[in-house]
Amino acid sequence: MTALAALENADMTTDRIAVRRRSVSRPLLYGALVLCALLTMLPFVWVISGSLRSLDEIRSDPGAWVPQHLTFDNFARLFTTEGFGRFLVNSVVVAVMVVAGNIVAASAAGYALAKLDFAGRRIAFAAVMGAMMMPLTSVFVTQFVITVDLGLADTLTGVALPSVALPLSVFIMRQYAMSIPDELLEAARIDGAGEFRIFFGIFLPLAGPAVATITIMSFLSSWNNFLWPLIVAQSMSSYTLPVGLAATSQAAAHVTDYGLLLAGAIVVMLPVLVLFLFLQRYFVQGVAGTGMR
Amino acid sequence: MTVTVLQKVPRRTRRPRGARRTAVGWLFLAPFTVVFLVYTAVPTVAALGFSLTDLRGADLRHPFAVDFTGLDNYLRLFQDQSFLRDILNTAVFVAVGVPLTMGIGLALALALNSGIRRLRGVFRTVFFAPVVTNVVAVALIWQYAFNAGGTVNKTLGAVGFAGPNWLDDPNLTMPVVILLGVWRNFGIAMVLFLAGLQAIPQNVYEAASLDGADRWRQLRHITLPLLRPTTLMVSVLLTVFYLQVFDEPYLLTNGGPLGSTESVALYTYHQFGAGEFGMSSAASFVTLVLVMLVSAVQFRLLRPRT
Repeated sequence: MTALAALENADMTTDRIAVRRRSVSRPLLYGALVLCALLTMLPFVWVISGSLRSLDEIRSDPGAWVPQHLTFDNFARLFTTEGFGRFLVNSVVVAVMVVAGNIVAASAAGYALAKLDFAGRRIAFAAVMGAMMMPLTSVFVTQFVITVDLGLADTLTGVALPSVALPLSVFIMRQYAMSIPDELLEAARIDGAGEFRIFFGIFLPLAGPAVATITIMSFLSSWNNFLWPLIVAQSMSSYTLPVGLAATSQAAAHVTDYGLLLAGAIVVMLPVLVLFLFLQRYFVQGVAGTGMR
Repeated sequence: MTVTVLQKVPRRTRRPRGARRTAVGWLFLAPFTVVFLVYTAVPTVAALGFSLTDLRGADLRHPFAVDFTGLDNYLRLFQDQSFLRDILNTAVFVAVGVPLTMGIGLALALALNSGIRRLRGVFRTVFFAPVVTNVVAVALIWQYAFNAGGTVNKTLGAVGFAGPNWLDDPNLTMPVVILLGVWRNFGIAMVLFLAGLQAIPQNVYEAASLDGADRWRQLRHITLPLLRPTTLMVSVLLTVFYLQVFDEPYLLTNGGPLGSTESVALYTYHQFGAGEFGMSSAASFVTLVLVMLVSAVQFRLLRPRT
């Protein structure tokens, strides 16, 4: 939690350190870092190269590092595979529901926890912290039974609903709201503004950075979520992309069609990786501030 | 009524907590509270209840056919050889995965914090990218690379080793599955350690250099002790991650071969899939207790020594 503040100062302090603690073994350090970076990147190299190799090429030589003939055939086959377009749309729909829900629920809850004084506030905050620690693997059975009772099994709403008010988002918004000076809100209160006008008119316009972090974190968690959609989605009509891809790979009859699957892997990874490259700061802050993803 | 109002002790809070204020507060909290009650609070209590019954998937439409069976599920659970094996497997995930993930994360954080400036951002991006990568995608890449004729074995072959069948040999699957977990998680450890390192005041190091402490001694006697709160946080976090490990073994091996990579979470899922909701809830409750125990123990062990 203090990590967030430390991270904000990160780039300032490093400059100072750089001047003072110059190491003798600088080339060695860089060599080691480059080696580690290359090892970390290996899976990305494999997935790009594998997805650009033809079916025949992978069959005759599954272990080659680079394609002999570049082909986009796998991607073309992927988008004509039954259900794939549906999985993609499902993932987007679920992500939109989750992100919208989190922005609304977490802005309101985070603001109330930080800036309103009312009976039961401590209990509510304890609930947020408790929910963050709660392992999904210990409640999914009962969550599933409840989803069935609500008539939401095998629906996209059923997939999205448990994630529309993530405690992580509430926590991020609460921490952010704490940093907004009380005087600002108090002045409006003295002028006779109601609590809702203060929230919408004064607080929300200031909450942009926290809303951005919540948007990204909840999109990430929705897009990459696997266990819950795996349990709720029971037919292809409600499979999300990861579940659909896993099902396709497990249904592989004789020889696994790696080219197709790796093309699918690229489509699943790409949106998040592109967002990450451009908005890295929010990702890192979201994870470092909370230790979750 | 009047009496109670008169006797009311003035509160220490800044403003009085009227009924209206309370209503407004809870109205703001309503969306979160509803989801929390329906999907966290009730399921947790219900899971304990379920674990004491013989509830099966088929009973969902006939709730009255379910019998209270007391601790039967727990007794069956701890007599089930495969559950005991899965506890052991999960312990291996934790015992190997956590130190490995933390070690790599700490080493990279120290390297990135050692004063280098060039490419620092690039390195951080590269090392953090696995954290946001979709696990299904990576598992497919792992299968592609680690299958018998895959890239890994081809490379081993090129330097004269005959590569084994990684995902079919009960002795080798575990390392491959753990490797996937470590690859996905070390970036989190790195970022958290980096933040912890940057919170250490620089004048401590200045004083130490004046006293002639070399870098190794600075690391041992200044950095690591001052990093203790971060180390505690990271180790609890990762232990909780690995205690619940599901995605990696499910996707790579589905717990096989011969159950050699089945974790407790995967056992829970398999029982659920077989319609044994009562047994599944009992197993999931064991996970919950383990998670809470480990957090408590770790907080005690890593508490600052006074």
